[in-house]
Amino acid sequence: MQIIRQPKVYDVCIVGSGAGGGMAAKVLCEAGADVVMLEAGPMWDAAKDSKMSAWSYDSPRRGAATPSKPFGEFDGCLGGWDIDGEPYTQAAGSTFDWFRGRMLGGRTNHWGRISLRMGPDDFRRKSLDGLGDDWPIGYDDIQPYYDKLDRLVGIFGSVENLPNEPDGVFLPAPKPRCYELLIKQAADKLRITCIANRLSILTQPLNGRPACHYCGQCGRGCATHSNFSSPSVLLPPALATGKLRIITGAMAREVLTDESGLTTGVSYVNKADRRDYAVRARIVVLAASACETARLLLNSTSGRFPDGVANSSGVVGRNLTDSTGLGVTGHIPKMEHGIAHNEDGASGAHLYMPWWLDNKNLDFPRGYHIELGGGRRMPGFGVLGGIQRFNGVGGYGTSLKEDYRRFYGATVNFAGRGEMIPNADTYCEIDPNVVDAYGIPVLRFHAKFSDHEVLQARHMQETFRELIHTMGGTPLTPMPTREDNYGLENVGRIIHEVGTTRMGNDPATSVLNANCQAHDVKNLFVADGGPFVSNAHKNCTWTILALAMRTAEHIARSRNQGTL
Amino acid sequence: MTMRNAARGTRISRRRALALLTAGPVAAMTWTSAEAEQAHEHATQARAQRQPAAAYKRKFFSAHEYATVGVLADLVIPRDERSGSATDAGVPEFMDFMMIDQPRRQVAMRGGLALLDTLSQDRCGKRFVSAADRERRALLDEIAYTSNPDPGLRHAVAFFSSFRDLTATGFFTSKMGVADLHYVGNVFVDEWTGCPDAALQKLGVTY
Repeated sequence: MQIIRQPKVYDVCIVGSGAGGGMAAKVLCEAGADVVMLEAGPMWDAAKDSKMSAWSYDSPRRGAATPSKPFGEFDGCLGGWDIDGEPYTQAAGSTFDWFRGRMLGGRTNHWGRISLRMGPDDFRRKSLDGLGDDWPIGYDDIQPYYDKLDRLVGIFGSVENLPNEPDGVFLPAPKPRCYELLIKQAADKLRITCIANRLSILTQPLNGRPACHYCGQCGRGCATHSNFSSPSVLLPPALATGKLRIITGAMAREVLTDESGLTTGVSYVNKADRRDYAVRARIVVLAASACETARLLLNSTSGRFPDGVANSSGVVGRNLTDSTGLGVTGHIPKMEHGIAHNEDGASGAHLYMPWWLDNKNLDFPRGYHIELGGGRRMPGFGVLGGIQRFNGVGGYGTSLKEDYRRFYGATVNFAGRGEMIPNADTYCEIDPNVVDAYGIPVLRFHAKFSDHEVLQARHMQETFRELIHTMGGTPLTPMPTREDNYGLENVGRIIHEVGTTRMGNDPATSVLNANCQAHDVKNLFVADGGPFVSNAHKNCTWTILALAMRTAEHIARSRNQGTL
Repeated sequence: MTMRNAARGTRISRRRALALLTAGPVAAMTWTSAEAEQAHEHATQARAQRQPAAAYKRKFFSAHEYATVGVLADLVIPRDERSGSATDAGVPEFMDFMMIDQPRRQVAMRGGLALLDTLSQDRCGKRFVSAADRERRALLDEIAYTSNPDPGLRHAVAFFSSFRDLTATGFFTSKMGVADLHYVGNVFVDEWTGCPDAALQKLGVTY
């Protein structure tokens, strides 16, 4: 194929503009590197493209989901579970749901801003319970980067001194909503730890960004940049150096390598003219998302790398995990006929429940945390649906209208996010028969939960129902059965997929070394969720950011020392 | 996109910045002028979107179906002293739009309305829109309650439940419905001070 090669040789090519790519760009540009960034989607600017503050009635669709906006039409993330022209496939008997962002900033435009540090135990789980693997680094190695990250991005929370839930450098946490205090009452009764949430939303101005204005709509993209997304926080300082060139609409096809086994850049399809281009760079940083990075490596085959670049171990695409997840909603009679007040608050819950038990006393090995919600949200598509679950019958007319008023806002919901342990049956590979609309072979997923996750799900269900009952309420759905995996969402559904290019000290069982540098290709790095060795129930973004900062600083230092 | 020159926010400057976003008048700048312009444009666009649309032209329902939808929706959510009815809030227009927007709904909706007419014919010899109010209510008394154990009406009950849900969305996401529920959010809050005492007291909680 003819590739249009550009003459310029950049210091660094970064694939992806999300959490990892944005952080790498910021650190490397500020260190003086010439950086080119490839992004498969278009430019997007929250200040003008966001639907922040729109009412449901501003659209005839009233906020309903569309194929390209599965979280509702006002959502700030372009992409979704299904993208035109970019399929992925499932092995027989597997169901993996893959949410991809296609826009500047990627899925940092989507996430819930829940910003949890992994704790000391999370880096050495194998040493503690024999399952999975230890990381080649420990909490002490990453802690300084978490600290710098907190100061750079801004995060609210409360200092708690819990053993495996490290505190950060916190801005003040917002007061809980009234129903969150009611939830905390129940949690206290059940001896479940319930503390201030840890969200990367500014409760005070920071680094030129104004504080939150409490519209509760982070997911639409914050027009005042008061929460974290890569284009709000990381790309502006990178661009301000004049050292960053962003190429949008660039679908990476292959990591290019030379005879010596080093990478020389990346080839990509320009979606606008559908022709192949190549950018040349001395160092390549992949931050395309765990699975997209694995796909790119596996598709980069050559005589020297017959199984894909950086894959002499055969581990690329393996050890794929997501967070476990499920939710239960409860009707709380005490919250009926609510008193009208604005409880939008910061987007997401102001409280959460970190893992509070010791798995030694339980029938599953790893923990989960509980996210919560409820109350009087902006009425959107689906509002007050299934009223028969509240009043027992449904009905119509004047009494029904009164019921709607009575039950509006009278619910709480609990969502569990737990640790899944890597298993041999969950991985992605190149589908031998299917290509996307650009001719790039696509991923085929294999996915399976083990009893570790299924039994954890049962515990989530029982706990959430107990919380609801303790609040005097009723769960809106029956307890699922073992056959339904106790309501576990499909692997991938929580959008915390990691592990496909894991770190390790042994090149035979890992793709990257302790600096997220490929064992096989010394000028190739990974800065997304791929390097994770295990997937603690700590919502991966904060660790992706801290690791990417550490990796980028290592690159800058090595370049300056002449060792790279 | 650069934020470099943005003034460090204070309570006052932030309030001004937010006023700029919501109202649009160009006051003292706390952001770069480019950002202010973007904010203004955003607010203008948002207001333009809120202009009432021209008279709606139905695209999915037949004239008969559309009439049925209007009658049925107003039986689900009638006018009362607090707010108007489903048709007052534009529910039939909303439903017609959604049938085109989410085509997977079309067969169940069309079939459900046909089933409604069939049941009405059985009971009073008239299609639903031509039935008397008393006759319409007698039919709804059979199909509007999920507690009805009659297996012969299961499909009609399922249709009505789904129609009731869509009516609720259409009504309560309208301006009228939002006001009816006393939802008072979606505003700029300068400082979050938590929930008011009355709300705390009702739930028996305190800060």
